[in-house]
Amino acid sequence: MSATIVSLPDQSTARIPKVNFITKENGILSWLLTGDHKRIAILYLVSLSFFFFIGGALAGLIRLELLTPQTDLMATDTYNKVFTMHGVIMIFFFLVPSVPATLGNFLIPLMIGAKDLALPKINLLSWYLYMAGGILAIYTMATGGVDTGWTFTTPLSTHYVNTNVLTTGLAVFIAGFSSIFTGLNFIVTIHKMRCPGMTWFRMPLFVWAHYAASILMVLGTPVVAIAIVLVALERTIGIGVFDPTKGGDPLLFQHLFWFYSHPAVYIMILPGMGVISETISTFSRKRVFGYTAVAFSSVAIAVFGFFVWAHHMFIMGISNYAVLVFSLLTMLVAVPSAIKIFNWTFTLYKGSITFETPMLYTFGFMGLFTIGGLTGVFLGTSGTDIHLTETYFIVAHFHFVMVGGMLMAFLAGIHFWWPKMTGRMYPEKISQLAAVVTFIGFNFTFFPQFILGTLGMPRRYASYPPEFQVLNVFSTAGATILGVGYLLPVLYLTWSLKYGAIAGNNPWQATGLEWQIQSPPLTENFLETPIMDHEAYDYEWLENQKAKEVSSVG
Amino acid sequence: MSDSTAIAHGAHDAPEHGHEEHPAYLRHHFENVEQQADAAGFAMWLFLLTEVMFFGGLFTAYLIYRNWYYPAFVAASHQLSIPLGGLNTLLLITSSFTMAMGVWCAEVRKKSGLVLCLVLTFVLGLGFLGIKTIEYKEKFEKNHVPGSHFSVDSFTHPDLDNPVTAKDQPLALDMARHTEVYFSLYFAMTGMHALHMIIGIAILGYMIFRAQAGAYTAGHVTFVENFGLYWHFVDIVWIFLFPLLYLISRHS
Repeated sequence: MSATIVSLPDQSTARIPKVNFITKENGILSWLLTGDHKRIAILYLVSLSFFFFIGGALAGLIRLELLTPQTDLMATDTYNKVFTMHGVIMIFFFLVPSVPATLGNFLIPLMIGAKDLALPKINLLSWYLYMAGGILAIYTMATGGVDTGWTFTTPLSTHYVNTNVLTTGLAVFIAGFSSIFTGLNFIVTIHKMRCPGMTWFRMPLFVWAHYAASILMVLGTPVVAIAIVLVALERTIGIGVFDPTKGGDPLLFQHLFWFYSHPAVYIMILPGMGVISETISTFSRKRVFGYTAVAFSSVAIAVFGFFVWAHHMFIMGISNYAVLVFSLLTMLVAVPSAIKIFNWTFTLYKGSITFETPMLYTFGFMGLFTIGGLTGVFLGTSGTDIHLTETYFIVAHFHFVMVGGMLMAFLAGIHFWWPKMTGRMYPEKISQLAAVVTFIGFNFTFFPQFILGTLGMPRRYASYPPEFQVLNVFSTAGATILGVGYLLPVLYLTWSLKYGAIAGNNPWQATGLEWQIQSPPLTENFLETPIMDHEAYDYEWLENQKAKEVSSVG
Repeated sequence: MSDSTAIAHGAHDAPEHGHEEHPAYLRHHFENVEQQADAAGFAMWLFLLTEVMFFGGLFTAYLIYRNWYYPAFVAASHQLSIPLGGLNTLLLITSSFTMAMGVWCAEVRKKSGLVLCLVLTFVLGLGFLGIKTIEYKEKFEKNHVPGSHFSVDSFTHPDLDNPVTAKDQPLALDMARHTEVYFSLYFAMTGMHALHMIIGIAILGYMIFRAQAGAYTAGHVTFVENFGLYWHFVDIVWIFLFPLLYLISRHS
């Protein structure tokens, strides 16, 4: 048995196809005015990476400040601005669009056998909105920043701070429309653009996951938009909807805000789960166990996800009955996530597992997401939540889900589809090393924070009692390792653009429609409309295809 | 491996692209005109769904505060003018009718009819905004605009000789102050609605210009249809706003 399934074409004769979506047109305008979903995905990938490294640099500053118990690196109000901008940039300009806008954009039409997304111009518009919002966010950071935390909590944001709440709010509002248009485009595409034979239950689970996430984008984002509008009106002309002195209720803001922002965490994680379904099947050479259950669990997460928002408000004065109900619903939403984890594990069972880089990231995802998800149940239980809320336990929990889960999935996906997007492979050994370094660095960074949280270290403070220092030093040291883990892919992926081995059509021997066409694909994706005549993840079908190919050449 | 740039399976002998047999407005990534129209219409309905959620946040706020501060909401809603609000409702419903007629004209390719309908819709929309301006101006004069100039005088010391309705009684100061929440919501909701009207009227202006050039009467009516959906949606929002803000407390 070979230790790898990578099958590259003979490097001495293989060439990148002369005509593909990258070489079709030249010049900067051909990129900035493109309607091609693949080019827009590349635009997103470049700009997302840019915002990710800004957000990452801010995270580095936070960890440096927390190296010592005193506030010695920056003033406390600067620290507030740094963690606020870290949150705003990472959530609205990296995590929410990360997988959908890059991989989703690139792959959904390929996976369902379409030539493009249904609304190419809207797709381009959503990138411009994303960029406008992102540049505005950077601008506010450069001109004084904002220090409300990424949640814009009232009355702090409406009455008590003099920082750039309005412009940051506007940036988030604009980025929200980008997200709405992306989700809308995906839903329309998945409904109306599937190729003949591509029934709902033949779609790759990646597409199902994006469909569920798109529902959340379309239904959730407008609510945070109106919440931001009301905050802006309250700040500028002084309407009283959230102002207790006039009879308004700040809790209403929390309800409106979390009605989006809780589903938003599923917007962030669901596309990542879609990536994992693809990689785990490909590198175990098996159909995903319980395909239907995994597909419906995505939809179930989307539905349940809308009814758990008040678990962010257990200590904010909502009624005990509300706490009871939302606590119960929060535990229910853990069920579909568990269904996914169990089904992926069963997919591994008796599979022919190989350990290519995407699979290493996938294993990272499964372990870290499980820890992150289970600690979410601790927090959904109101008794433990009252002790743990607003401590580092929360910080560790959502970083396990978002960084350990989503970022791992993002990197798994980027490594998995990189040969399809660029036509070239990256160096295998160093990328495996990067995956391992990321995993180790991540655990060093965030596991100590669980302990810090249970010991009672509050979040959002620049200083802390000296007895917490050892664990904080651990965390900061881990963040350094993590930083190296994120820099490595940038280096070798960039290197591979010119020097990487030619990947060929299907280096992983995967079954998706996207792997049956040339890499990088043509602008119109398929020369002829494909017909889907087999189930998803049908490795037998793939073997037959290969057998046929040989006979026709011979 | 063979040089298989095409998909390896399911050879499908459809005529390649064949732009000459399709109308020019068919975009390359759609199979046919029906699929294109289908996708565009579906997208518009989804967009309207996001709009429902957008206004939904405001309606939620309204319902909660109305329950909490019922007397203040009753007294404050008596300050609104039913004749003006009613006239506006009439204008909007009429504009929805002219818009629907416009869509019909586009479908049966009557260019002059389409232009006429769009112009009528445009004028009726402007009329709505004009009357809304009169109403807003009155709020400014009575100091009913939330903010530093807001005054509760007309609720703590109502003009009992000349009441708006027979049952208007002075409110206690703490309840009267909550009328500011009512007017906050009034301005937020009608303001957001007016913003949608302004965007709609701007697009109407563009459409009138394009319709005169015959853009929508050559079979490709998707844009007119989708704009019609938008316009009817804005109309329906008003159909909810009018009773909630003006009418439902008149008897008490």
